[in-house]
Amino acid sequence: MRGSGIPIWFFIGVLLTAYGAMIFGYGVFEWVNVAHFGGQYPAGVQLTQLHTPVWWGGLLTALGVLYVVKFRPGRIK
Amino acid sequence: MFGLLTGSIAAGFPCSLPAMLLFNTEPLAHLRSLDVVVICLYFAMVLWIGFYLKGRTNTSEEFFMAGREMTAWIAGLSFVSANLGSLELMGWAGSAYQYGILATHWYWIGAIPAMLFLGLMMMPFYYVCKTHSVPGYLNLRYGEHARSVAAFAFAVEMILMSGVNMFAMAVVMKVVLGWDLNFSIIVSSLAVAAYVGLGGLRSAIFNEVLQFVLIWGGALLVPILGLVQAGGVGGLKTRIMQNLQTMSSTVAPDSYFHLWRDTGSFAANPMGVHWTGIVFGLGFVISFGYWTTDFLVVQRVLAAHNLRAARMAPIIGSFFKMAVPFIVILPGLLGLVLLQNPDGSHRQLVGEDVTAACTRATAGGLENSGACSAAMAKTNLSADVQQKVLSGAPDSELHTYNQALPLMMVRYMGPGLLGLGITALIAGFMSGMAGNVSAFSTVWTYDIYKPLIHKTGSDSHYVLVGRLSILIGVIVSIGAAYLVQQFHGIMDYVQALFSIFVAPLLATILFGMFWKRATRLAGFLGLLSGILFSASLFMWVKFNPAALATVALSPDAKPMAENVFRALWAFLFSAIVIVVTSALTKPRPVAELDGLVYGATKLPAEEPAPWYKREWTWAIVAVVIFAALNIIFW
Repeated sequence: MRGSGIPIWFFIGVLLTAYGAMIFGYGVFEWVNVAHFGGQYPAGVQLTQLHTPVWWGGLLTALGVLYVVKFRPGRIK
Repeated sequence: MFGLLTGSIAAGFPCSLPAMLLFNTEPLAHLRSLDVVVICLYFAMVLWIGFYLKGRTNTSEEFFMAGREMTAWIAGLSFVSANLGSLELMGWAGSAYQYGILATHWYWIGAIPAMLFLGLMMMPFYYVCKTHSVPGYLNLRYGEHARSVAAFAFAVEMILMSGVNMFAMAVVMKVVLGWDLNFSIIVSSLAVAAYVGLGGLRSAIFNEVLQFVLIWGGALLVPILGLVQAGGVGGLKTRIMQNLQTMSSTVAPDSYFHLWRDTGSFAANPMGVHWTGIVFGLGFVISFGYWTTDFLVVQRVLAAHNLRAARMAPIIGSFFKMAVPFIVILPGLLGLVLLQNPDGSHRQLVGEDVTAACTRATAGGLENSGACSAAMAKTNLSADVQQKVLSGAPDSELHTYNQALPLMMVRYMGPGLLGLGITALIAGFMSGMAGNVSAFSTVWTYDIYKPLIHKTGSDSHYVLVGRLSILIGVIVSIGAAYLVQQFHGIMDYVQALFSIFVAPLLATILFGMFWKRATRLAGFLGLLSGILFSASLFMWVKFNPAALATVALSPDAKPMAENVFRALWAFLFSAIVIVVTSALTKPRPVAELDGLVYGATKLPAEEPAPWYKREWTWAIVAVVIFAALNIIFW
C-alpha cells in the first residue's frame, strides 16, 4: 500500500516473528527432551528426527524479523 | 482455481461436505495449547488490522476501493489469494489423489492465459472508465438493464456463497478438530464482520495477503517432508505406479502423470475429460469468465494505484498461481503412497458416497451394513479393511479423498506447526467470506442501492450503507449456512449459480469491450437469455443424468465434463444472441464508447519504464514458464 500508514508487510512480519519464535522454542524443547518423551514424539507424527519445528520455526522467525525491520512504521516514506 | 467454486466445477467437494459429517466419530487431529495460542494470535492480528484501518477508511473511495492505492504486488497477491481458499486446497489435493496431475489443469491452462489476458488487454478498459464494479462497467457499456441483471445475480451469488463458505468451514473444523458447528460459524462470522466492516476493502485485501503468506507457511511443509519420506520425485512416481497397478483401473497407471497425453479420449484418462473441453470449456470460457469478469477478483485489481500497477497485478499473480500445485497437487499425490492406517498398512481414501453409506450408529456398528458393503465393493479397499469397517472395529474409520491434505498435515505436523496449518485453513475460509461480503457490499451500494433506491445521498451516507450491508450480508450468510445445514441439496444449486452465470457474463463483457457494434439491447438480451439457457442445461442434467452424454458429447463423459461443456454452450448461445440482436438494432455512436471499447478508446500514456518493469516483459516470461510446464508434464 502506498501512503504513510503501516504497510501490510509489517503486520506479516510481526505475525511470522511471533509464530516462528513459538514454534522454534517448542522445537528446541522437544529436541532437548526427546529422551524424556522416548522414541517418537509427538505420537503418530512422522520424521520427528528431522526436528522440523526447529528449522521451520527459525526460518519463519528470520523472515518475520526481516519484514519487521524493513517495513517498520516510519521507515517507509 | 475458483476458490470455493472449484468444488462445484471440478472436485465435487463442497457438494459432498454434509456427507463428511455423517461418518467420522473421532476428529482427525487434537490441538495442544500451543496450537490454540497460534490460532488465537491470528484472530488478534486480523482484528488489529481491522481497527487500525478503520481510521484510514472514511470516504467511499477508501471503503469500497481501498483508496485505489494498492501496489502491484499487494493487488496481485490479493488477486490470487482471494481465490486460494481452504476448500480449494483440500478439494484439489483430493482431486489429485483421485485423478493425478490432470487436476493441475485448473491451475495452469484454467488460470494463466486468462490472468495474462486480463492484465494486458482488459484492465485498461476497466481501469480507465473508473468503474467501481463489473456491473458498473456493464452500465456504462450497455445501460441500466444489463447492470441490474448482473448486479442482482452477483449480489445473491456472493451472499449465498459466503454462507456456503461459512458452513464448509464449520464442517471441516468439525471433522478435523471436532469443533462444534455453531461455534465455528459464529466466531468466523463475527471476525469477518468486524474486520471488513471496520476497514472495508483495504482490510479485506490486507488479510488476503496475510492469508497468502500463512497458507504457504502452513502448507509448504507437507510436500517437502512428504518428498523426503517418499524418496524424492523418482521414488514417489515408482511407488504410485506400484500402488495403481494393484488396483483395478480402466486407465493406464502412468496416465496419472500426464496432463495432455491421454485426453484424446474421455475413457483414456482418470478424470474422464477430453482436451477440447479442457481447452475451450475450462481454458477459455470458465477460466476467462472467472478471472476476467468475476467482481470478487477483479475488485482487487481495480484497487491498484495506477494503470501500470493494475496491469502488472494479474501478471504477478500468475507466477504464484503456477506455483500453487506444489502445495496442493503434490500433497494429494504423496497421500496416494504415504498415508497409513493405525496398524501401519497402506490407507486408501474413498468417495463421500462410501463414507455416507457406512455411517455408524450411535450405539456402535453400522446403520446399514448392506449398503456399506455394496458401496465398498465398488472401491479398491482390501477384503481385510472392508471386514474391519463392517465389524465396526475401532480405528477402522474410512476417510475421504478430500481429507487427504488434513491427513498429511497431521502426519507431519506436531504442536505449533499443526496450529499453523489449521490457522492457514481458517484464514483461507475467512478471507473467502471477507471477499464475498466486501464484493457484495460494493455491488449492493453502487449498483443496486444508489441507482435504484437512493440516488442523492452524501458520500458518508454511502459509506454507512456499505458498512451496514456488510453486517446484514454476514447475518444473511449465517442464515444461508444454517439453511444449507438443514437442506443439504440447496448446496448444489447455490454453487451452480456461479457456473450458470459466468459464461453469459463473459460473452457480454468480451463483445462489449472488443466489438464497437454491440448494442445496449444486445448486451441485456445476451446476458439474460444466456443465464436462462445455462440454468436450463443445469436443470436438465440435474433431473435427467442421462442428458450428460448429450451436453458433454460423449457417453463416457463424467460430471466434471458437464461443467466445462455447459459453460461452452452457454457462451456460444449468448454470443449468438448478442451478434444477431446487434445486427438488428442501432449501434451507439463511437464517441460514446470512449474508455469502454477497444478501438474507440485512447489509452492514457504510461510513464516510461525500463524493460524489466514493463508488463509485456513479465507476461512473456509467464507464457514461457507456462508452456514449459505443460511440455514437461505433457
